[in-house]
Amino acid sequence: MPSPKRIGKIEFGLLSPKEIREMSVRKIIWADTYDDDGFPYPQGLMDLNLGVIDPGLRCKTCDQKASECPGHFGHIELAKPVIHVGYTRLIRKLLRVSCRACGRLLLSLDELEKVFGTEDDLTGDQVSEKDIKKERICPHCGEQQLKINFEKPTTFSEVLVEEGKKVEHKLTPADIRARLEKIPDEDLVPLGINPKVARPEWTVLTVLPVPPVTMRPSIILENGQRSEDDLTHKLVDIIRINQRFKENQDAGAPQLIIEDLWELLQYHVTTYLDNEVAGCPPARHRSGRPLKTLSQRLKGKDGRFRGSLSGKRVNFSARTVISPDPNISVTEVGVPRAIANEMTIPVHVTPYNIDELKQMARNGPSRQTVNAPCGANYVIRPDNRRLRLADGNLDTVTDMIEPGWTVERQLRDGDVVLFNRQPSLHRMSIMAHRVKVVEGRTFRLNPAVCPPYNADFDGDEMNLHIPQTEEARAEAYILISVEENILSPRFGGPIIGGIHDHVSGIFMLTHGMRYFTKEEMLYLLRFTKIEHLPQKVKEENGVELWSNKQVFSQILPSELNMVFHASSCQNCETCKKELCERDAYVRIFDGKLESGTIDKKAIGAFDGQIVNRIIRQYGMRRAAEFIDDLTKLSIRAIMLDGFSFGIDDEDLSKTEYGQIEDVLKNATLDVERRIKIYEDGQLEPMPGRTVEETLEMQIMQVLGKARDLTGQIAGRHLGLTNSAVVMAVSGARGSMLNLTQMAGCIGQQSVRGERIVRGYDDRTLPHFRKGDRGSDAHGFIKHSYKGGLNPTEFFFHAIGGREGLVDTAVRTSQSGYLQRRMINALQDLKVAYDGTVRTTGGRIIQFQYGEDGTDPTKSAFGDPVDVKGIVESILKEEV
Amino acid sequence: MVPDHTIMSEDEVRTLLAHYNITTEQLPKIFHDDPAVKAINAKVDDVIRVVRISHTAGRAESYRLVIRRPKK
Repeated sequence: MPSPKRIGKIEFGLLSPKEIREMSVRKIIWADTYDDDGFPYPQGLMDLNLGVIDPGLRCKTCDQKASECPGHFGHIELAKPVIHVGYTRLIRKLLRVSCRACGRLLLSLDELEKVFGTEDDLTGDQVSEKDIKKERICPHCGEQQLKINFEKPTTFSEVLVEEGKKVEHKLTPADIRARLEKIPDEDLVPLGINPKVARPEWTVLTVLPVPPVTMRPSIILENGQRSEDDLTHKLVDIIRINQRFKENQDAGAPQLIIEDLWELLQYHVTTYLDNEVAGCPPARHRSGRPLKTLSQRLKGKDGRFRGSLSGKRVNFSARTVISPDPNISVTEVGVPRAIANEMTIPVHVTPYNIDELKQMARNGPSRQTVNAPCGANYVIRPDNRRLRLADGNLDTVTDMIEPGWTVERQLRDGDVVLFNRQPSLHRMSIMAHRVKVVEGRTFRLNPAVCPPYNADFDGDEMNLHIPQTEEARAEAYILISVEENILSPRFGGPIIGGIHDHVSGIFMLTHGMRYFTKEEMLYLLRFTKIEHLPQKVKEENGVELWSNKQVFSQILPSELNMVFHASSCQNCETCKKELCERDAYVRIFDGKLESGTIDKKAIGAFDGQIVNRIIRQYGMRRAAEFIDDLTKLSIRAIMLDGFSFGIDDEDLSKTEYGQIEDVLKNATLDVERRIKIYEDGQLEPMPGRTVEETLEMQIMQVLGKARDLTGQIAGRHLGLTNSAVVMAVSGARGSMLNLTQMAGCIGQQSVRGERIVRGYDDRTLPHFRKGDRGSDAHGFIKHSYKGGLNPTEFFFHAIGGREGLVDTAVRTSQSGYLQRRMINALQDLKVAYDGTVRTTGGRIIQFQYGEDGTDPTKSAFGDPVDVKGIVESILKEEV
Repeated sequence: MVPDHTIMSEDEVRTLLAHYNITTEQLPKIFHDDPAVKAINAKVDDVIRVVRISHTAGRAESYRLVIRRPKK
């Protein structure tokens, strides 16, 4: 579907003096703004023809009121021409490429053809300053050319050679304008200028447009004084000088005074256009603040483009710090009462809801507790008049309410709101939640929705937006509610799921076989929607007992069948299945966990196999319920045993420390042995490498192996009773490498994948001998974080750590910029009804979305149908 | 390495344009001096069929209109 209008071309040109005079409604000659009665001077800067800003007055040009008149331009006739600062570069170029006598381009026809091409065969290049040799003779009239000097901001001069001395001769704007006027139209085309819309002499101003008062309104301070806009101040300066200039000119003042005034006028016009020009002191306000003139209004972060057009401030939004609450649903957001009382939703009064809305209006604007019924802040009459509800007028206003009115009621539990965290990098950065009014001052969210927002609670703030119409609320709820966004379109898997303690907790609950008493069962399942306890598995000494796997099965949907390997699976050659000693073979039969441990692979964010399967089989809403149950159950499970971590947890016994020391000693000796072989010239280089490289690789390998060995020794001592091990094995946080570095040995520090070699001549630090190739001298840290580093080790550690920091800083800035450019290029593409990806103009980008026309969130990791999963869930066994 | 490029006949182009309900302007473009275009000797205003091996679909067809490379 082509768009109805197509842009043929865009023309960029200059305003000619003629155009400026034509669009002007009034010639401005007086620098004053208002007279003593506060009425604008005719032909002053606030002339009523330029538009009106005071309510009650009418524009003399269009006869409209202040709110309707768009404003009109006026103009100032300048006594002498002045240069426009924005075009100094262009003027310099034109002066240098054109003849000072005849104005022609300083190229013969042949030379011109070489650069620009002939009429039929254009080279696509334009004539630049470099194509013209300096101080040559004009090929058209034979005039000797002079060097043109340009001094910032607006001074041009010619360099004459007189009696061997260089003499600078200043060009006045009038001289420059005369020379630009002489350049013929046809010589402008090779310079990339279209003479129909931009004659070069128009870059030297003879008449200045005066912007309408609507874009430079004056404000009235509390003390009744008028305060003018910066632009008005600047225009006052220009008119004053212009006026004085004219008077002096008419009186026949000496040349020196005229030149001074001319320069002053040039300064004022320059700063009026741009107050941050290099080589020009900025014009200042009386208070010393630099004036915000035309260019400053457009430029920069708070300028018109980035500040007002690309980005705007919105109403009906709130922002505060976030904090976690595992007891609210993932679909909810906790909103502080103070915010809920301030923010409103308009509701139309109908015969069906009038009683309810009247009650809200009667409740008034101050809700005292979170459970109190919501009130209202404003009512709107059918004539759009707003009546504020305050403690004094509640009953009188309420009694007036009739169908046709609108009540702006406060937020209450269950309202649909949009929740957002910057940077909004993907669509899950804004999701619709249900309100839950809470006490306190922070937004609450279930920690399971942290991954899509990439939020944590170290002081992050988030924004809340309230949709104001029924359509907006329906659209938000149907399209972007949390339930609809559990699956990420990035990889087609769930992005919401258990994190950190959820994973540790559910791992500790489901690992191996454990039995719980009735009290424990009820404690664990208290917050889930379980109505009946399952059949007990056994009875010991008259105490009824249930298994840990039964507890987890309670939150699973019945009829769920799946088999997979937990993240603790070691990928053994032959899987021992149910007899796995790590309990990593997960099998769910008819909604009952038969064997295996639930961990990150099963329920974690980004992995979540069970979550994924529930979505496919039961839908998004059931999955959201599952995640709610899961977060509550896992938090209870982790609280049942308790979970803590300290550096003392990494203490090993004497035997292990002895073993680790032996391993490291052997490694050091091995390194020394290899260095000896190398120094004797006996080392065989590996193919394609020098002897030194071979030695380095061998040393790295030996030391790497030694570190892993210390990790294994430490790992043997630290079992699943150790919290760090639980976290690493379950996938909640950390890895076995982190453990090795805490308990065993930190290992080799590296810069760009090599041992540390930089520093002094032939050594890294003065602590070592020159040419020492040993492990200590090049950044091998044999101590652990628990044991503590010695000074040289500490220094090497800082070197390695710095590289990591620099890498992440560079990576994030580069990938961030790349993503911004991609988003800007792709943002308006959409999938058409025929499956093609098109631009808004109907141009085709892809003939089939993703070449297979499949939505990643509806496919199974690349395949349109998850055949294996479906077969397994029907046969109820692994295939 | 280079996917298969073939010039489409006028009939094929007509059915293609009818199928997607587009004009040649809305097709993706390729410059006349592109090595793949020169290799099959296609001229400006020809439409080229490109058949690629695709990760997602196995085999994916795409079409491009040959245009003259604009001057800088």
